[in-house]
This record gives sequence, C-alpha cells and structure tokens, in this order.
Amino acid sequence: MNKTIAGTEIDVNEEGYLTNASQWNEAIAAAIAVEEGVGPLTDAHMKVVNYLREQQAKGAALTIRSMGKSGVVTTKELYDLFPGGPLKKSSKIAGIPKPVGCI
Amino acid sequence: MSKHLLILGGGTAGTMMANHLRRRLPTSEWRMTVVDRSDKHLYQPGFLFLPFGKYEESDIIRQTRDFMPRDVEFIQAEVDQITPENHAVTLKDGRELKYDLIIVATGCRTAPEETAGMLGPKWRVNVHDFYTLDGARALRDKLADFQSGRVVVHINEMPIKCPVAPLEFTFLADTFFREKGIRDKVTLTYVTPLSGAFTKPKASKKLGHLLGDKGIELVTDFVAEKVDQENNKLVCFDGREVPYDLLVTTPTNMGDEAVRRSALGDDLDFIPTQKHTLQSVEYPDVFVIGDATNLPASKAGSVAHFESETLADNVMLHIQGKPLKEEFDGHSNCFIESGNGKALLIDFNYEYEPHEGPFPFSFGPLKLLEESRLNHLGKLAFRHVYWNVLLKAWPLPGISRQKKKPAEA
Repeated sequence: MNKTIAGTEIDVNEEGYLTNASQWNEAIAAAIAVEEGVGPLTDAHMKVVNYLREQQAKGAALTIRSMGKSGVVTTKELYDLFPGGPLKKSSKIAGIPKPVGCI
Repeated sequence: MSKHLLILGGGTAGTMMANHLRRRLPTSEWRMTVVDRSDKHLYQPGFLFLPFGKYEESDIIRQTRDFMPRDVEFIQAEVDQITPENHAVTLKDGRELKYDLIIVATGCRTAPEETAGMLGPKWRVNVHDFYTLDGARALRDKLADFQSGRVVVHINEMPIKCPVAPLEFTFLADTFFREKGIRDKVTLTYVTPLSGAFTKPKASKKLGHLLGDKGIELVTDFVAEKVDQENNKLVCFDGREVPYDLLVTTPTNMGDEAVRRSALGDDLDFIPTQKHTLQSVEYPDVFVIGDATNLPASKAGSVAHFESETLADNVMLHIQGKPLKEEFDGHSNCFIESGNGKALLIDFNYEYEPHEGPFPFSFGPLKLLEESRLNHLGKLAFRHVYWNVLLKAWPLPGISRQKKKPAEA
C-alpha cells in the first residue's frame, strides 16, 4: 500500500514499515519518528538509524545484541532513545523491515 | 588415495548428511567421518513434553551410531578448531583430521551466562530452562510439586532454536495446571523481546486470540537486563520488572564454541552461509547446515531436513566442479502444540509467511494454521518418522524441499 509522508509517496506494509528501502530519506525518518512518539530526531537517534541501514544493506541480521556491541549505542541508551520498543521503532524510522519471529 | 569428507556434528543435520552422502559417494573414492562430543542422539522436540511428564527419557534418547550408515567412521570427541586454510580440524584430545571437504553441523547451544544473574544460586531452583535434557528433567521435577504462583515463560533474545517452543510450552502449561486442578492458583505470563507473541500478520490475525482465551498475560518489547534472583524478578533495560515464582527462560542461543575458537562465526557464533546454496560465504570447501548457519530461516529440524536435500546435491556438484544449485528457499514446517490435545501446523519460507490451506496434498488431510486434534496426533507420530525416516534421509511423501506456493497468495 501507499502512504504519503513528508510530501513523498512511499510503499509501506500494513504496519507502516517501508517495503522499498531506496525510497527512504531523512525527512521521511523525521516524520515517522513524530508518528511513533519518538519526537525530533537528534544526532544520537541518527547514529542508530544510519547504523541499522548500513547493517541491513550488508544483509546482516539486526539484533539488540549487535547494536549493543556495535559501539554506536548501549542497549539502555537504545531504550532511552526509542522508548516502548527500541528495535521495532528504530527499524521503522530507518525504513527497514520489522524484526519478527517465525509466526 | 581416497578423499575425505568430514562432518562435524552428529545431530539431526549431521546424521542426515552422513546418510545422504554415503549413498552417493563411492567408498573407493571417499571415506567419511562424523565427529560429535556425545554418542547419544537426543530427540529435541521431546524436551517440550518431558517437563509435563508426557514423554519418558527412553522415548527421546538413542545411540548416535545406530543412525550412522556403515562405512562412516564415528569419532566421539570435542572439536577444538577448524582451520579451513589448512583443510584441517584439531580435536581437544590433540588429534588432527585432514579433510578435502567439510560440512559443519555443530548446531547451537543455550548460553545462560550471557544474561546477568541468570546462572545465580537459584538456577534450576526456580529459574529453569527446557532446551537441554538436564534442564527439561529439572523442570519436570519442579512442575510435579508446583502448587501455586506466578509462572513466567521468557525468551531472552532472538534467534532461538525452534522459535515457537516457548509459546507451545506456555499453552501446554495452561492445560497442565488445569488438569491438575490448580489453574486458578497460577498466573501465566509470556515475556518476549519481539512486539508480540505472533509477529506475522496472518498468524497474528488467526491466532492472536489464543493467549487471551487461555488467560495468558503478554509482555512485549522486553529485553532483559538481568535476572534479579534475590527478589525473583526479571528486569528490562527500560526499568520494567516482571516478578515470578517460577521462571522458565529460553536463554540466548549461540553457535558451538568451536566456531568461536576458529573465528568462523558472527557475534553469536553462527557461521555466515550463502542462503540458497549452504556454502560458507568465505571458504568454498566448507558447507554449513542446520542451526550452525546464520541464515534467516528457523533453527529447526524441518529446516535442516529441507537443507540436507539441497546440500547433498550441492556437495556432489561441487565435487564435479559444477555450479551449485541456488535452491534452498528457507522452507520450514512445524507442528505447534496449542494445548487441550490440539495443535497447529505451519509451513513457510524466506518469502511466504505462514498461511492457511491444505497440507501436504491439495486435499489435505492436514490443514495449515488451524487448531486440530489431527495436528496434535501428527506431532506425536512425528517422533517415529524422525527416528525411522528423517534421520535416515529417506524422502517424506508429499513434502518437497522447496515450499509449494500458497494457493491464495
């Protein structure tokens, strides 16, 4: 499905995650962050978002652990930056798929 | 002189590969060896039932050698290091094994030491696990005496082996306590680092009601900072706390320690593997199968089974110097116990999420993503299929290595 956000039309799934990573830009990220109640994105948020995008582009699995050990952010800081759901909210803002289980 | 195919790990994946390839590689040209630290083969799906007294240990333990073909040497030893540059594996007892081709099937293990406080003095007193034989036994004894209180079933982090097992455990616990007549004295809570018990839209829509129907409380997006054993509570990095009287945790899963000693793995000691061929990303003479890979597929026996069929073909192609099949599609298939003598069946792959429909044939007899008694009987019958058909690497009727496309997709 389509969604218009920050003046751009993007492809998203039923939960609002981007399905085409190449449509992502920082203005879209900022708008999703507001929708998710994360508020204005700071440099600290963007460090996490950019790290997630780099890892995703490399095909690496994204986990709280890999972020916590990346040197970019600690797990505790991640919860402070993206309260309520650090991995799902940061993934949505970064324009990458939601972390899921098998069902 | 004949060449040497070495298989590390004599579990589900390693045993299937030994059977597949011994049939296809002439003994005059290839000798084969399987190495495992244990000489016992454990039917791991049985760990889910053991704590509830539904299976005896004799149902789930066999001798590894009994499932190895003739003309495969079985060595019981601990692997120290793999050095692909030298085509060599060293064992802890000092022996060195040279190989021409290696299949790494070393599986995964639980790593409770990864979470602060988990291995404190109350480990296996009121902090339990069921992913190991010792853990499942200790939990069986604990549940036999359990009278009342807060039972918390917990997943520490993804990925885990058999990812639905903790949820199945929760459903079975609901039935177990009800049958004991103490369900009203027990609270059941399911704690997950994911955003729900069901995270895929179709399954979530179809099955989301199960938790509420059974009075199971759900806590999501919870990454445990520590287990506070002194105060009997799980503590999340964001400060949330979940108190328990009995914690049934699924610790972090990691690859074998030999993978770390060999510097072949990622940050969880899983080996980077090409997702459609099962060849190592780094070394062409190294193949990886089952829980040991870093593939975005479930860590489960059915996945290893489907992988083994593609990998057997690819090993033959590799030996002949031909291009490998880009074939493995992440196919996974499993029965999910939902309690009350019923189960669900799911079938999915990298591309398709679990969906509804008949299985394995167009007329069924099983139905996907639906609770039924037949699926439960299927799960119980599967133990015999495992010992007699699956491990011997015989084909399963109607069940192909690649997933059939869902009819309504």
